[in-house]
This record gives sequence, C-alpha cells and structure tokens, in this order.
Amino acid sequence: MSSSVFREYSEADAVRSDRSAGDRTRHREKVREAIRENIADVIAEEAIIGRSGDRMVKVPIRGVKEYRFVYGDNQPGVGTGDGDTEEGQVVGKADQRPGQGPPGPAGDQPGTEYYETEISLEELTEIMFEDLELPAMERKRLRELPAERQRKRKGYRRAGVRVHLDKRRTARSRIRRKLARNRSEEGADEDDRFPFHPGDLTYRRLVQDEVPQSNAVVICIMDTSGSMDTLKKYLARSFFFLLHRFVMTRYRNVEVAFVAHHARAREVTEEEFFHRGESGGTLISSGYRKALEIVGERYPPELWNVYAFHCSDGDNWTTDNEAAVEAAREICQVANLFGYGEIKPLNSRRYGSSMLDVFEAIEAPNFQTVKIEQKDDVWPGLGELLSRERVPAEDEG
Amino acid sequence: MATDWTIGELERWDERIRSVAEGFGLELRDQEFEICDREQMLGYMAYTGMPSHYPHWSYGKRFEKLRTLHHHGVTGIPYEMVINSDPALAYLMRDNTLCQQILTIAHVYGHNDFFGRNHYFGHLRPELTVANFKLRAERVRRYVEDPSIGPRKVEAVLDHAHALSLNLRRHPAIRKLDREEQEERALARARPARDPHRAIRTREEPEAADLSRVPLEPEEDLLPFIRDHNPYLAEWEKDLLTIVHEQARYFLPQIETKIMNEGWATYWHHRILNALELPQELYMEFLVHHNQVVARQRTGINPYHLGFHLWHEIRRQAADEEGRPGRIDSRRLARAGGEPLPGEDALFPIREADRDVSFLRRFLGEELMRELDLFEYEEKDDDLVATRIADDEEWVRIRETLLRQVGMGAVPVIRIHDADLGRTGVLLLRHEHDGRDLELDAARHTLEHLHALWGRPVLLDTVVDGTPMRLSYDDEDGFDTEKLED
Repeated sequence: MSSSVFREYSEADAVRSDRSAGDRTRHREKVREAIRENIADVIAEEAIIGRSGDRMVKVPIRGVKEYRFVYGDNQPGVGTGDGDTEEGQVVGKADQRPGQGPPGPAGDQPGTEYYETEISLEELTEIMFEDLELPAMERKRLRELPAERQRKRKGYRRAGVRVHLDKRRTARSRIRRKLARNRSEEGADEDDRFPFHPGDLTYRRLVQDEVPQSNAVVICIMDTSGSMDTLKKYLARSFFFLLHRFVMTRYRNVEVAFVAHHARAREVTEEEFFHRGESGGTLISSGYRKALEIVGERYPPELWNVYAFHCSDGDNWTTDNEAAVEAAREICQVANLFGYGEIKPLNSRRYGSSMLDVFEAIEAPNFQTVKIEQKDDVWPGLGELLSRERVPAEDEG
Repeated sequence: MATDWTIGELERWDERIRSVAEGFGLELRDQEFEICDREQMLGYMAYTGMPSHYPHWSYGKRFEKLRTLHHHGVTGIPYEMVINSDPALAYLMRDNTLCQQILTIAHVYGHNDFFGRNHYFGHLRPELTVANFKLRAERVRRYVEDPSIGPRKVEAVLDHAHALSLNLRRHPAIRKLDREEQEERALARARPARDPHRAIRTREEPEAADLSRVPLEPEEDLLPFIRDHNPYLAEWEKDLLTIVHEQARYFLPQIETKIMNEGWATYWHHRILNALELPQELYMEFLVHHNQVVARQRTGINPYHLGFHLWHEIRRQAADEEGRPGRIDSRRLARAGGEPLPGEDALFPIREADRDVSFLRRFLGEELMRELDLFEYEEKDDDLVATRIADDEEWVRIRETLLRQVGMGAVPVIRIHDADLGRTGVLLLRHEHDGRDLELDAARHTLEHLHALWGRPVLLDTVVDGTPMRLSYDDEDGFDTEKLED
C-alpha cells in the first residue's frame, strides 16, 4: 500500500523562496544589453514621441534567444479542427503557429521563442539618455514629467484622507500634548500609554496648481525626400523626442504635430513620419507653409506656445531658398522657438548643398540652426537650440 | 488568503481518490503534495519542477514568460506540476478551489502510475531524482563561487551546452557499444562474406577497416563526446557538460511520452472524478475545468486533448467483457497467447510498452482522426492554410506528418562523423535529412556554440532546398556555407 503526505504551506518558506530572483535579474540584464546594442535600431523604429511613460514598448531583441538545431518552416503542421475544416480553408495566421522549438519536459508548454521583449518607455528613455551621454542633471529633469504637478501643497488641515497624513506633524502634536499633560498633572507616569488623539492628526492640504501658460505644441517638420537610414532616423527621432520631453517639463498640455515634406507637405502620424521615403524634389518652404497653416488653424499663438523644429539633410532646390527663408521668418514670429537641424552623418556623402549658410540670413533671436553629424551632437545641439527660446511674453509682464 | 478548503479536507479527499484509483488498477508509488503559492508555483515550473536546480538566466526568462502567460490566463489545469521522483512530488496551488485541488490530485495519480510503469522511464532511478538535481546544483554553485572561474564563465559554458543538450541518443533501450565492441563490429563488417561461387569468380579485395577513425560509428551524444574528445576543456567545463547532459537524459522519456502521459492522467482524472459522486456544485465546476484541459488547439495538438481521446478509443475498441475480440488486441506480455484483455484492462499493457510515436501509429486510426477533425496545414504568405483533411486518401499522410513532429521527432538528428577531419582537429557532423530543412539562422548560432565548446573548426553537412550544403564555423571566417559536391 502506498501512502501520501501533504506538506502545508508555510509563509516563512514562501518569503525565502524567490528562487528565481538572481536568474531573473541576469536575464533582465541581458535584455538591457541587447537593447543597448541595438538602441539606434530600436529608437529609429519605435513610435516613442508623445507616448505616456507607463506604456510598454515592444522591442525586438536578438541577444537572449536560446538557439538549438531546429527545423525551419518548410514543413507542414497538424491542427485540430472543429469538425468541418475544408481543404484550402485559412485556419490561422502564420505568426500563431506554435513554436518549432524543441519540446520541453512534462508540464512545460513548448512555446514560441519570443523575439520581442517588452520594456517600459521609461527604461528605454533611460538607455537612450545613456547612449546620448546626457548630463545626469538633465536626465533627471527630463525624466520627471510634471503631470503630477497639477496639484500642489498648500498648508495643513485637520481632516483629510489617510495618504495625505503628515506623520511628522502628527507625532509632534502628540508629543506636545504629552509634555503639556506631564507639566499640568504632577506625578503622571512617564511610561503610561499615551495614544494619539484625533486632534493630533494633521493632513496636508492640496490645492489645484494653476499654471498660467499650459498649452504648447511641438511641430516636427522633416524632409522625407532623401532616404532615411537607421542612423538618420535615430538622430532625428531622438532629437524630436528630447525636444518634446523638454517642452513637456514646462507645459501641462502638450500636443505634437508631424509634417513630412518633399516637394509637397502633408501632416502625418508618427509612424508614417519615420517610415516614409519618397524621392523627388525638395521644397523646404512647402513644409514651413504647412506648419504655418496648422498653427493658423489649430494652434493660435495667443493661446498656444509653439515650438517648431525642422530636420533635413540640407538639400533644397535653389529656387526655393528665398521662399524658405521668408517662411522661416514667419514661423519665428509665431513660435517661441524655431530650430533647424541638418543631419549629415559623418560617413555619408558630403556633396549636396547646405541650408546652414542660407539660413544665416535670418536674424530672429528665437531661431537657431544645429548641425548633427553624430549622436554626440544631439545633446549639445539641443542645448544650443534651447538657449534661443523666447520667454513667453505673459511671464515677463 | 482565504481558501475554501483545509488540509484535513484535502487529506480526506486524497484518501478517497487514492482508493478509487487503486481500485481501477493504477499502481501508485508514494506521493507527496506540497501546498505552495503562485510565485512558488511559477518558480517550480520555471525550474522544471525541481525543488533545487542550478542557476542560469534562461530559467529567469522562463519564469518571466510563465508569469506573463499566467497573467493573461492560460488554459490547462491551472498550475499542475508533478515530477518523476520516488516518492512522486506534486505541487498544489494555494489559490486553487477545492474542486481544482481534487482534480489536480486525481490527475497527479495518473502521472504517478505512468512514471512508475512506463517502460521508457525504467532506466531512471526516481528515488535519486531530487537528490541528483540538488547535487548538480551544488556543483554548479561551487564553480560559480570559485574565484578562478566565476559566474560569467560558468554561464557561457552552460549557454553552449544548453544549445546542444537535446542532440543526444534517443533510444536508451538500445545499448551503446563501447569502443572495443565497435571495433569488433567494424572488423566483422570488413571481413568478406562467405561466397558460395568463389570457385568461378575472383574475390573482390576486402577493404580493410579503418580503426583509427574517431568516432568509429556516427555518434549522437554530442555533449559527452565533446567532453571526452576535447583535451583543452578544463575539468569544471567537462563537469558542466556532464551535468547538462544528465539532466537532458532525465527529461527524454517525458518528451517521448507527452501525449500518452498527459492523456493517461486526463483519462484517469475524468474516470476518478466521475466515480467520486461529487456534489452537484463541485461536479459542474469540474466539468468546466476538464473542458478547458481538453480544449482543442486550432493550429496545433493539445496533448491532453489527443491523448484523452486516444485512450477512450482504445477502451472502446478493445475486446468486450464477454470475451468477444475487439479491433484492438492488447495482452500482457506474460499472457501472450492468452485472451486479449477486455475493456479498460486493455489500457494497462499499452501504457507500459508504448511511447508517443508507436502509440499514435498503432491507435490513431482514420475514424478517430476524422472525428477529431485533424488536418494538415502549410504556410501561405502570412496565413496558415489547411492543405489536407482526414479523408479516405489523406489521413495516413496527416498521421505521418504528426508522427514526425511528436516527441524527439521535433529535434533534428545530427551525428558526429569525424572528430579529426584531415588530421586537423576539425569536427564533422551530419544532419540526417528527412525532407525537413534546418532553420539556418538557428543552425548558425548553434554551430557557434558548438565551436566554442570544440575550440576548433566545426562543419555540418545538411541539405538546403534540395541542395547538399556544408555549414561551417571557424575563428577566422565565422559562419559560412558552401555547396557540397555530390
């Protein structure tokens, strides 16, 4: 006769039993290593601008896959139908196919190897900051988005919810009361229990924080006529991203608009913005006109702080240069800040004109040109740009 | 956390379940149940059920993956885990309801019987399972803590070894010949056969056996071979290869009997719970869980589902109680020549002798395939399209496709043919191509791992799109492919 034994659950064992902690940490490290190696690819391919921080980003990684000899997908599979499957019927999508990987032991589903991992936007940003070598002070500022700052502390009160309890003041109030009692009642026992009294409880008072200037729009303009390779995409996207982050530290309500242009300009989504490669001529002025049009229709400068930035590889039809300078001057009038970034990776073809010279004709104080040749230029470039910001007139007055 | 059961209750149910199971004829070894919480359960699942296991990041990855899967809710018995040890060890999750615990206990006894009785588990020593895993874990930890080795070096060797661990001998029942026996066999083969017509024709010159070859016969056990034939490996590296190989060998029978084993446990939990005369509420809840367990999988095979139906089919088709023979003839070996076993008795010899491949080949017939609507599909563009359905002509083809994929059939057969090609220390392997190509990207990375362990160039002969190819990996050029002359 065989027998069975039940071993009861023990809280103490459970607390000690996070056995996978070390291996999880190591796995996590490997994930980060893999992402760090591919940070340019990841940023270049992921829509990250204008997304909130707790969102997870799916990132393709190669480093942590476990390889074995396996069969490829040139073999048929076997499925289980619901009784009336017919030849030629579509039974699923190729990516739903169960893994071709080797089988696991009992109790373990032989699942598909995932090529993608999820990482929070926060963590991704952090890796990008490291890669761009942002100064630590700035990182902190850009990380701490002011979404929470819609309410601020102002004074104290006797009633409130538990989370707002100010423990220090509450404790102090009790001690004060105790000292007062000891003084008035001679011989009161020091060791007596002396509980809190409802009157001791002190809560922080929160009030709506009124930010006078709270609307801003970031207009990203990009020349999509040339081919955008990964490096260019990475540089452009991280620049736009940082600018957006920076603006978000100042304003509560920040919107983004993307304008893609070649010979004509269109407003597009972020995905399209970075995945549109069109050949043809380049008329920079068309992009600026579109931006002005968007500002005119949706973001009147009296109510909105406009930040515009234009990324280009510097090619423009010579005949358009004058119109472009004219349009740029107009943007400077409506925008707090207008920047032009010329992205020319060091090892790329050096021929082709540059707009940097042309734009020298613009004297507006809130205009700045930036030259980005490598990723080290992104941060100083942004710094240069921000130094030209026109402080909102309302604040001065 | 509040539960709707107490340990005392579980013990009472366990007693009833055990006596019902043994009444049905299951042969059980001692059983231990451990109550654990969700995190512990995921931990056990990530570490192949073992209370103690060596550390490696891949288990951390499995843990994270399992946790994600379970957050999204998966089908199957929620958190059922039992390991082949003696006494058998199973985990019951604290959050499960009474009904789920009863179901799991009954299911566990199915595995308990199967582990103990199935032939393919016969060579394992289950009484040492837990201790062996613990000893191996201690050995690995010792290397990790050794200042002259350290975690990173250990991790690298484990990475390499894991990539090759499933390339091992599949048939533990066939004895592996030692070097001497292999030489004898090679000599015997070289000796010319007796030729009855030697008087009227000249004899072909016999080819001398080349006994200097290493290995003499193609070798399937990759890790042990590298361990024994790469003189540059340190002792601790050799030991790590041994550890990974031994663990893979331990899991081999479970891989080879997945459908039978899960089907067997499902068949018996179903039988036992129906025999327990559960109160209405518990019974309804049981049906819900049972249906989740045997849910069909549109683009794959759910082993619980297929196995469950197969065991039922065998019972249906066995001889009946009056001794009229059925379509399935199942006898105990000792009673060979005796009467075929009737009804449920017919199942027991089959659970002893078969593994998935033979089990499906013998018992998955046209009728059942049609009833289960098994079909074959292929990838067309981004879709999976049904190309064959189980009808008169095609059902055998579909079964063949399935047979190639179950158990170790999903792992390509790769053998070492020469460990010193051209006297340069080059390792030559050959993939026994059966119509299925290797996935090249995976092959490339796996060869890289192999190369790291071998330390010298490695070659792998295979077939890609009908063309014989040689894949190679060496220090200078990394991965390379080259067409092979026929």
